[in-house]
This record gives sequence, C-alpha cells and structure tokens, in this order.
Amino acid sequence: MIGAHSPALLILFPLLASFVIAGLIWLDRRLCFPVAVIGLFGSVYSAGHLFFQVLETGAISYRFGGWPPPMGIELQVDQLNILVLVVISLVALINFVASKRSMHTELGIKDETFYVLYLLFVAGILGVTATADLFNLYVLIEISSLASYGMLAMGHPDRAPWASLNYVFLGVIGASFYLLGVGYLYIMTGSLNMGDVHSLLPPIMHSPAIVVAFIFCLIGVWVKMAFFPLHGWLPNAYTFAPVSASRVIAPLMTKVMIYVMIRIMLSVFGYEYVLEKLDLHKWVVALASAAIIAGAFMALAQQELKRMLAYIIVCEVGYMVGGAWLGNVQGLTGAVLHIINDALMTFALFLVLGNIVYIRTKTRFEDLQGLFASMPWTMAGFVLAGVSIIGVPPTCGFFSKWYLILGGIEAGAWVFVVALVLSSLISAILVFRIVEIGFFPADDSDHEAYDHGQEVLKEAPVPMLGALGLVGTGLIAVGIWSGFLVQRVILPFIQQSVAS
Amino acid sequence: MSDLLTEIVHKYNYWLYIILMMIGLYAMIAKNNLIKKLVGMNIFQTAIILFFISIGYKEDATIPIIAGGHGDHAAHKAIEASQYINPLPHVLMLTAIVVSVATLGVALALVVMIYQRYQTLEEDEIRMRVKQ
Repeated sequence: MIGAHSPALLILFPLLASFVIAGLIWLDRRLCFPVAVIGLFGSVYSAGHLFFQVLETGAISYRFGGWPPPMGIELQVDQLNILVLVVISLVALINFVASKRSMHTELGIKDETFYVLYLLFVAGILGVTATADLFNLYVLIEISSLASYGMLAMGHPDRAPWASLNYVFLGVIGASFYLLGVGYLYIMTGSLNMGDVHSLLPPIMHSPAIVVAFIFCLIGVWVKMAFFPLHGWLPNAYTFAPVSASRVIAPLMTKVMIYVMIRIMLSVFGYEYVLEKLDLHKWVVALASAAIIAGAFMALAQQELKRMLAYIIVCEVGYMVGGAWLGNVQGLTGAVLHIINDALMTFALFLVLGNIVYIRTKTRFEDLQGLFASMPWTMAGFVLAGVSIIGVPPTCGFFSKWYLILGGIEAGAWVFVVALVLSSLISAILVFRIVEIGFFPADDSDHEAYDHGQEVLKEAPVPMLGALGLVGTGLIAVGIWSGFLVQRVILPFIQQSVAS
Repeated sequence: MSDLLTEIVHKYNYWLYIILMMIGLYAMIAKNNLIKKLVGMNIFQTAIILFFISIGYKEDATIPIIAGGHGDHAAHKAIEASQYINPLPHVLMLTAIVVSVATLGVALALVVMIYQRYQTLEEDEIRMRVKQ
C-alpha cells in the first residue's frame, strides 16, 4: 500500500516534518531533531524503494489525487531521475545528522528554525526532480530557492544577507524566465504536462514561439545553475553562508537544475529538435568550455578554501552542460553520471570544509597550516575527494570524465576536450596546493604564538568524521559500480529518448 | 509600416508585458537603492502575471461559471468553450502571486537585516563599507 504511494511520500515526508517542527519549536525543542531525521529518513526509504521498483519495472507514473495526467499533476520516476532522487535524499540525511553540532555552534538559538528551512529545501528539490508537470516544476523551484535564500542569509552577519539578496534578485530573474518559457509552451500546446507537451509539439515544431519558449526555459535554468556568464551570485552566497547550509545547497541545487535542463531537452522538446532544428549546440559547447576554463582559473586565483570550492562548482557545471549538449549518447551519459558523481564529490569537499570550520573557524589558506597533523582523518577525506575531482581511477570522478571526453572526441568538439583535460590539471594544482599547505606546521617566525611548537591532534566530532567516511566510501563504490549504473539505469533511458 | 502598426495594436497585451518587464529589469540592474530594486523585482514578476492573465482572455466571453447551471439542470446544459474565458492561466497565476509575495517577504527581511547592520540602503555605500 505504502509502496504504491512512494513517489508522493518522497516529497511529503520532509514537507510535513518541516510543518511539524515549526509547531514543535513552541512546544518542545528537543523533539525537533528526531522529527527532522524521521522526515529525511522517510524520503531516503521511499527513494530506495523506488530505485528497486524502477530497476524491475521501468518508469513509474504517479497521479496526485487520482487525476489522469493532462489535467492532474503527475509525478514521474524513471531511470533518469531515480539516481538523482537517491543521491539527494541520502546527502540531505547524512549532512543533517553530521551537522547537528555545527548547526548549533553556528546558529545558536535559531537552529530549530533552520531545520524547518532545511526540510523545505529538501522537499522542494525532491519535488523538482520527481515532477512531470512544467508549472509544478516552477513552484517547486521557488519553494527550494526561497528556503535556500533564508538558509544562506543566516551566515556571516556582515556579508551573508547582502549576498543572499543578490541571489534573490538573480534567482527571481531565472525563475521568471523559466515561467515565461512555460507560458509560451502553454499558448502553443494548451498543456502543462511534460509527456503531453512532448506529444503535442511535433506538428508545430517550426513555430518561432517554440524556439522562444525553449530559449527562455534554458536561460532561466542556466541562471539557477550558475552557468558561467550567469554565475555571479554563487561565490558570495556560498562563501558567507553557514557551513551546514552550504554543505547541502552547494552539492544539490546546481545539480538538480542541470537535471532539469536535461529533462527539458530530452522529455519535453526532444533531443532531435534541440540539436537539429535549433543548431545551437556548437555555441553552447563552446560556452561550456569557456565556463570550465574560467571556473578553473578563478578557483586558482582564490586565497580562501570556501571561495575556491565555490568556483570549482562553476567549473563542474560547465562539464555537465557541455556533455549534455555534445549531441551523442556518450556525452549525455557522462553528463547524467557526472550529476551523481559531482553531487557526491562536492558533498565530500564541503564536509571537509565543515570539519575545518568547526575546529579552526577560519579557512584562509594561511590558516590551514598543520592540518594534516591536527586533523588527519579529515584531510584523508580531502585527499580522496580531491583525487576524485581530478579524476583518478577508481574514484567516481574518473568514469564520468571518461564518458565526457569520449563524447567530446566523438562529436569532434576538441575545444571541449582540451578544456576538460586542462581543468583536470588545474584541479590537481588546486588540491595539491592545499595538501602542501596542510602538510607543514605554522611558520617558525610564529613560534612565540604557538608555544608548544607541535600541532596537537584535534579532530572533528565522530558523527562528522563518520559522514565523511561514508561519503568517501561512496565515492569509490560509485566508481566501481559505475558500469552497472550506466548499463542498467542511465543508458537504457538515454538510448530510448534519443532514438524516439 | 502600417502592417507593423496593426501588428503592434493587435497584440498590444504582449507589448505591454514586455515594456513592463523591461522597466522592472532596468530597475533591478540600474537602481542603487535596495528598495527600488525590490520594486523593480515586483514589476518584473507582475509583468509575467499580466502576460499569463491576458492569454486566458477571449472576446465577448464571460467568467467560467455555467449560467443557470445549478442543481438538477446542470447536466443538460451544453457548454460552448468560446463563451467562457480560460480559467487555467488565472489559477496558475494565483500560485505565482503567492510565490512573488513570499519572495518579496524574504527579500524585505533581508533588506531589514542589511539596514540594521549598515544603517543605509544605498548599494554603493554598503559596498564601500564592506571593502573597509
């Protein structure tokens, strides 16, 4: 009975839990944390259940309230989004359990209010991923964005509100462009259901209104995912945010928006239309290559760990957009696989960041000296995540990059291939620079300040390290099983939607 | 030339929404005062709401409530779609209005936080103090 409703329960668990917590704040604050964990665990359970169901029977369509699709709202879970759903729910749960203490130290008395926003955010992005209705997608994007504005503003008191306000302005522009694109599609087809729009489009494909609709949707989603020329809001918003917020927003928000782009390209407009009628893909791949190079170099220019990680995200977004627009199955497979892998890699890096912030509070490069001596486990996690960002087998980063490069060669997009290889080299510099700084203790000239000379072992609390260990194992496990994921889950869907 | 003019007059609702949208976008980009930026943001969102509302409109049509269609006779009435305006865009925009009000609320709360910290709403002054 519950199994049949798991697509809805996936979203409803965190949504209801957030309402319950909002009430519990006045009744008994001690109950808030367990309720939040139950809500997040409910969505992990539903996602796991759906994963095995999709493996067995293929796509699942769920009708809200029993109304059939063109009229009612439909949730659809298929091979494309099931992996994203599993990753979102797992990352949200692991981060929540791991950051209990750092939420308390960073936010003080406001931490239960933060839980409410956290769960709303998770419900929003799970909904964005699961929905098959274009307008519903807009509303859920705004729910998750509004929650993230609130969370990001709770950080550094001088800078966070202003950074968050700039994010509000750009976020509103992005979402409004998307809504406008949906409006044009609605004028032309009279429908809002993705599958229905897809079947109604072929006779009117030549219309310029469809092109305008596609471009509006695309630009809207690009703003939200911080694709290179539109990335301005991201570094400040993520740098000044409380670390427990950026740990969940940074890995998930941009990846979910990339998923939305791929979903719109494949399931609404159709890959053939996007590639052949529009003839935009050469430009987009060139822009993506520019994004990769620019992101990598801007990351290289930073002197602060948080900002460096923020620019690495900008760079990684370029990988996925480029892969999706290469126009062949390899590139698309790489892009979808990289959504999963990059969510995990970024999450691992931000977990490391959270541990460092919890112990040392400062993350400028000169404050990172002696980290290997004082926080060996955390730095082991950093090396593992860094190696995965560079793309060394058997970590998962290697496999998706491999598919992306194969796709680039097949499409003859040499600029993209060069950008990928170059950015891998730059990430190697980025990672080993931190390793070098962390390996040596603070300067001799500061010896008066550090009387004891030797760094003392001062690791992060066990839950934080446990989460890092879990995600680190995940990085290798996803790498080893990436063949299974590609063959059983990603490739069948892509071949089917590219062929049709 | 006159073709262009009739085209514009014929589709004036689209031109109106584009003009409004550009006013909003201009204010969001060019204004220095944060409250003026927020006003621009609201104009921007309202333009899109206006766009959606206008596409549901039909000449000589009325609100989508079936006249005299109460009680037992309701089932016998034939419904002519051209007599009623399309309610779906209006329903969608109820949600979009809620979203825009919520966004405005969050943005105003952020502006209050900024004002409490910097005692000003002018963006260049805030930028100057941040750099110090």
